Amino acid sequence: MLSRVASNLFWMARYLERAENTARLINVNSHLLMDLPTTVKLGWEPIIDILSARDDFYEHYEQADEHSVVKFMVTDKHNPSSIINSLTMARENARTVREIIPTESWEQINALYLSAMQNRASMVGRRHRYESLTAVIRSNQTLTGILAGIMTHDEGYAFLRLGRNLERGDMSTRIIDVRSASLLPELNDEQPAFENIQWMGVLKSMSAYQMYRQKVRLRINRPDVLKFLFLEERFPRSLAHTLKQAKSLLHDLPHNENAIKAVDTLQSRLSDGKPQSLKQGSLHEFIDEMQVGLIKIAEEIDETYF
Amino acid sequence: MTIRWGSYKVTNLYDELLRASGKPRAAAEIICSYLRGLSDQDIEEFKVAAESAIHVMGISFRVYHEDEGSIDRAWPFDIIPRIIDKQEWLKIEAGLKQRVKALNMFIDDLYNDQNIIKDGVFPADLLNKSKNFLPECKGVHPPLGVWAHICGSDLVRDNDGTVYVLEDNLRVPSGVSYMLENRKVMKRVFPEMFQQYSILPVDDYPSHLYDMLCELSPRDIEQPEIVILTPGIYNSAYFEHAYLAQQMGAEVVEGRDMFVDEDDVVYMRTIEGPTRVDVIYRRVDDHFIDPEVFNPDSMLGVPGLMRAWQAGNVALANAPGSGVADDKVVYAFVPDIIRYYLEEDPLIPNVPTYKCINKDERDYVIENIHNMVVKPANESGGYGMLIGPHATKAECEKFKRLVRKDPRNYVAQPMLMLSTAPTMIENKAEPRHLDLRPFVLSGKDIKVTMGGLTRVALRKGSIVVNSSQGGGSKDTWIVDMEA
Repeated sequence: MLSRVASNLFWMARYLERAENTARLINVNSHLLMDLPTTVKLGWEPIIDILSARDDFYEHYEQADEHSVVKFMVTDKHNPSSIINSLTMARENARTVREIIPTESWEQINALYLSAMQNRASMVGRRHRYESLTAVIRSNQTLTGILAGIMTHDEGYAFLRLGRNLERGDMSTRIIDVRSASLLPELNDEQPAFENIQWMGVLKSMSAYQMYRQKVRLRINRPDVLKFLFLEERFPRSLAHTLKQAKSLLHDLPHNENAIKAVDTLQSRLSDGKPQSLKQGSLHEFIDEMQVGLIKIAEEIDETYF
Repeated sequence: MTIRWGSYKVTNLYDELLRASGKPRAAAEIICSYLRGLSDQDIEEFKVAAESAIHVMGISFRVYHEDEGSIDRAWPFDIIPRIIDKQEWLKIEAGLKQRVKALNMFIDDLYNDQNIIKDGVFPADLLNKSKNFLPECKGVHPPLGVWAHICGSDLVRDNDGTVYVLEDNLRVPSGVSYMLENRKVMKRVFPEMFQQYSILPVDDYPSHLYDMLCELSPRDIEQPEIVILTPGIYNSAYFEHAYLAQQMGAEVVEGRDMFVDEDDVVYMRTIEGPTRVDVIYRRVDDHFIDPEVFNPDSMLGVPGLMRAWQAGNVALANAPGSGVADDKVVYAFVPDIIRYYLEEDPLIPNVPTYKCINKDERDYVIENIHNMVVKPANESGGYGMLIGPHATKAECEKFKRLVRKDPRNYVAQPMLMLSTAPTMIENKAEPRHLDLRPFVLSGKDIKVTMGGLTRVALRKGSIVVNSSQGGGSKDTWIVDMEA
């Protein structure tokens, strides 16, 4: 397989995953807003931080109010990670590998892109935001199904899934990082009910709420949530799961030594780090370390294959 | 009933399916009577079926658009086939083989001994003026002595029924994927016609192409590495590049996917590491294939590719420099070229071409300029051309002066009346002009597609068949009436 083709598949999947995660994030934040007391100033700013886009944002907007942030995250051309930009990049990558991926999947990506372009305004406005962002998520899920169902599970498919898993691991850690820190800065002991809601929000951002309840059942609390989102190998959006996937995908590829070594290193740091017991400051450091590890894996893949 | 052949006007023109009397030609009888029996609704259904087949199969060509970048357009397709009797086709096929064989001998001679010049058949001066002659190719002996492995020759029929070669495309001719797809569409839309007619198949083209490319491999191995070099997804013919690659099981590569190492061998970058490439079916023009030798700004080529080719470490199809044989003045010499190399008379005539450098011919051109198409030798794309019958008196006078001043630079041809075929225009069959591009593969032997791509000018009276300018296409049926 040509290196360029492998790289295009990898990035196509990364951009799609990024768009989907961003859509989830905005949806959940919009909903969370409605449940919190008006005295709590829920910021939209954390959303910008999740994507490390603070500088880009303040270059073009005065303040981080709802409309500005959502617009920035969904349609803004200046935000390289906005949903529209991610979908555009995904489509461009897909276009160059049109002859490799099944025709139906190209049509699906095209349809996803075109409907997102058409619904730009409704994704930003409040009234239809939920349904139009959900449409992006669904549409990408459909695509995942098409690829799983009809694309040959060869090297190309492996690169596609590698991209998806690394991006998912990256987005998951970003969401936990920002959500656990600055979502409700003024939270104190008198507001225990809202702690529950905050952690529910974190779970929902990763579509993990229901699965968490099935697995844990107890009242929602920080250590269990962190344990679930970092370490539950069977939950497909946990960091542990994405790393396990990455490793098994790399196993079937040639010259995989360095990339697998990078995954191994990160896996052992993840389990040794016991994230569930970390206080906020050290959790942030730990997550930084995880992110560096993910970047290292991506670098090794890039170095070896692209 | 919408198709009444009685009201179909073919006066003064040769129609491919109907005689001047309005009666179908022998090979077209079945289809004409079939079409006559169709209702408006049937026709609409067939058109929708064809359009949806085209959509589903993703047949498209790319048009560059200012705002939206480049966009894929569905391929305009006419459901009425163009039909040629096998007996007539066999003569054309023999003529094409003869022509391409001679052209390849000519190119090989020009880059090596130049006997045709020494023997005074082809003027040295013309070679020196040729833009497409590449001195870098001198002394090279490509495998099998073949330079133009894939040739698309454009055929036209004049109103007396004579078929002429209008031009030979020896560089990177395109369109073959549409020929293949048109047939698939017709099989879906008119399956019953394929039972009633014995239509010769075209879909063996990709496997013939693959076999021919394998024959060129410098390494004698069972599965040589064959790639198609494309300028990229924004090229108007990208669909075809991807399509042929898919059909042959070859990789589509871009220049940046390959490199030439110090051993003068071409490698492509794969996830396994560098992989040696044996044969490149390149769809990138000569001047862009190697920035070390030609256009230094080219991002489409591979630095060092010419070195590798000259060393015989990689085969290029078509070979660089093949274009020398498809310029307008060389065209005028093709009948002489055939006689010189093969000692045979040409089986398919050239459009009569007057070389203004000869006084008799020049005088004739000047006298009859209002009936002539005058073409400059070193221009392409219709630039600087005079179409006499459509020109003003002043334009004709201007060209008379130009021809007198620089006779060597001009050739002239009579204006042809291209043949027509019935074409569905808003559910009515109307005559539209067309041409035919068969594809000729030259390796150890020469193979011609059964028919080719028929391009049709959809605008009334127009003779411009290009897809970017209102042209469409038809399936071409070579039918065996004795089967």
